[in-house]
Amino acid sequence: MNLKTFKGGLHPPDGKHYSAHKAIELCPLPAELIIPLAQHIGAPAEACVEVGALVKKGTLIANAKGFVSVPIHASTSGEVIAVEPRLHPMGKALPAIVIKPDGADAWDESLVGADPATLDIEELKRRIQAAGVVGMGGATFPTHVKLSPPPEKQIDTLILNGVECEPYLTADHRMMLEDTERILDGVEILLKVLGIKRAVIGIEANKPDAIETMTRAAAPRNIEVQALKVKYPQGAEKQLIDAITGRQVPSGTLPMEVGVVVQNVGTCAAISDAIRLGRPLVERVVSITGPAINEPKNLLVRVGTPLQFLVDQCGGLNGEPAKIIMGGPMMGQTQLSLETPAIRGTSGLLIFRKQDLPRLESGPCIRCGRCIGVCPIHLQPTTIAGYARLDLFDEAADYHALDCIECGCCTYICPATLPLVQSIRYAKAAIMAKKRTL
Amino acid sequence: MENQLYLSSSPHIHSGETTDKVMRKVIYALLPACIASLYFFGLAALLVLLLCTIGCLAAEALSCKMQGRALTLVDGSAALTGILLALNLPASAPWWMALFGAAVAILIGKQVYGGLGHNPFNPALVARVVLLISFPVQMTSWTAPAPLSTTLDAVTSATPLGEMKTAVMLTGKLPALAHSGFLDYLSGNMAGSLGEVSALALILGGLYLLWKKVISWHIPVSFIGTVLVIGGVFWAISPEKYPNPLFHLLTGGLLLGAFFMATDMVTSPVTDKGMLIFGCGCGLLTVLIRLFGGYPEGVSFAILLMNAATPLIDRFCRPKIYGQLEAVKG
Repeated sequence: MNLKTFKGGLHPPDGKHYSAHKAIELCPLPAELIIPLAQHIGAPAEACVEVGALVKKGTLIANAKGFVSVPIHASTSGEVIAVEPRLHPMGKALPAIVIKPDGADAWDESLVGADPATLDIEELKRRIQAAGVVGMGGATFPTHVKLSPPPEKQIDTLILNGVECEPYLTADHRMMLEDTERILDGVEILLKVLGIKRAVIGIEANKPDAIETMTRAAAPRNIEVQALKVKYPQGAEKQLIDAITGRQVPSGTLPMEVGVVVQNVGTCAAISDAIRLGRPLVERVVSITGPAINEPKNLLVRVGTPLQFLVDQCGGLNGEPAKIIMGGPMMGQTQLSLETPAIRGTSGLLIFRKQDLPRLESGPCIRCGRCIGVCPIHLQPTTIAGYARLDLFDEAADYHALDCIECGCCTYICPATLPLVQSIRYAKAAIMAKKRTL
Repeated sequence: MENQLYLSSSPHIHSGETTDKVMRKVIYALLPACIASLYFFGLAALLVLLLCTIGCLAAEALSCKMQGRALTLVDGSAALTGILLALNLPASAPWWMALFGAAVAILIGKQVYGGLGHNPFNPALVARVVLLISFPVQMTSWTAPAPLSTTLDAVTSATPLGEMKTAVMLTGKLPALAHSGFLDYLSGNMAGSLGEVSALALILGGLYLLWKKVISWHIPVSFIGTVLVIGGVFWAISPEKYPNPLFHLLTGGLLLGAFFMATDMVTSPVTDKGMLIFGCGCGLLTVLIRLFGGYPEGVSFAILLMNAATPLIDRFCRPKIYGQLEAVKG
């Protein structure tokens, strides 16, 4: 097999065995759904329902606010019982709409699908935005924005991200096996929207079943499948583009600069639903996994389902949880509590116990250079982190701190266990703040 | 439950490869050379090894105590320095010299700069050179190997490099030994410091480090390659006067230096390109000192000189950033 890749990166023990063989199950309805208004990069949506309102599954409950924003919909039928700040995965209380399900889980009848062939490009994009589709790999960038490059940018390739290089996560893997047709339908819609012919699906070689299934289904549609070397962060947008096309996205620009649009495979399935069925993005596949979960699973979860409820569906906890992570272990976000809800960007819920987390003391840098070897951007993480610790942000900027994609490879590999990427994040924030005040 | 949860920014996992494990692997890699030295020099070698290691640990502990810092013995770096220093000394080194060397290595070579990670020069080499310049007689009284003997062999002899230097200086011609005896040099049957004698043991340890990815190939290959090429050029020009490149490779401290001293992470460049430049520089200086310098052995001086150049090399070998197509300024 011809395995493509990028320079740098590493392969952490992936922990995918916990859930890779578990078929997607539908998660039942919890007692209440907490649907935050901030579920995408960009301006949060604005609530348009009041307490007491009766909603159906897919009913609009918050309007998009601006271009880089998408609306939010009820993820089941029931009654709005609160519009108030609730604990958000970001770690603070943010406005949310709380729905008490009626148990019928009935779709809003006003939602009607259409044959994508009958719709023009603008209408397709409008419907994708109206359905609240965002990048489901975790970054939650509104999809319609990516599909609207300025006219001078010539797009020639659509890349589908089926890499799922984060350890432990298996949601995309299962979707490629079980929702193959929906994904490929979404790919065809995307090709029409972009007005191009070439689509390549990148999948890491550690998912041979997904590669085989996708290749078989994609071949008659003239969509390529590219097996990729098993390496983190192979699923990072720029690294994926590099591996598949050999093009480097210039520093500080977007993939459209090199004629590429990247979409996650889960997003493709959401696009197919949005157009063919008229259904907004109200549920997604989440891997509930890790050594602290009794029975790891891949669940189809309604947006707003509290994490505790997901744990309950997976046989509960095996021991005391010490770290609750939304997403994967390399880039995921720790959670204050299991009361936070799953949102559109929740690709996984990963729970570790104390004994699964090594507590390592940081020591001095021994200049081993491993962080430089693994950095996919070819940065010098110790140098930037060193400047950051001294608050020398101009120097950190000179060493291209802003190019860091925060993949965490440097921190993972550092034998002195220095918090390198964390220091670089601090430097990035300070540099950005300085730029804004100038 | 909440108050028992760890909150931190990503990543949440670690490779588990920590500084003390890295140091321990280098110590494991030196074991074949240590065992070879015990085989060839017996108890005398054991004594030097113990004195240097204990001396380094004691100096490290003392300095931590004086600076009011937490004890750093567990990181393994002081023990490693001790073993490396011992491998750089003759088996006949007196006890006070071993202890003095250990104190110099840790206190002057390392702790004055701020301890592990901050020293510009390889501490063991600093000590070796200080000893070489201060006590030239003791440092160049080489014991002839006497496999499995338990007492120190009183017979001293010159190292092959030393004999070569003397012969070339006196007669302008290479001695006969420079053309033969490669098998003895390979196995270690020659006079020299503890760690110089067995090329085979050093290669074994070096391969282990490469296999475990503790070191990369860049420094050993460019160092040894440069010595072979430059040494080979001189040999081709005048085989009467300059030794065969194989002689360069198997005698003296080249293998010990190339695999274990030049690859010291703290004092060598951090990028692949920088390491290649560093290794080539070490190789070039080694040959020049061996052939034209006042000392028969050039590896220590070569590495120390290149250690001094490391910050400069790093400065000019900044990696090209992904997506940064124009040249990166130095």
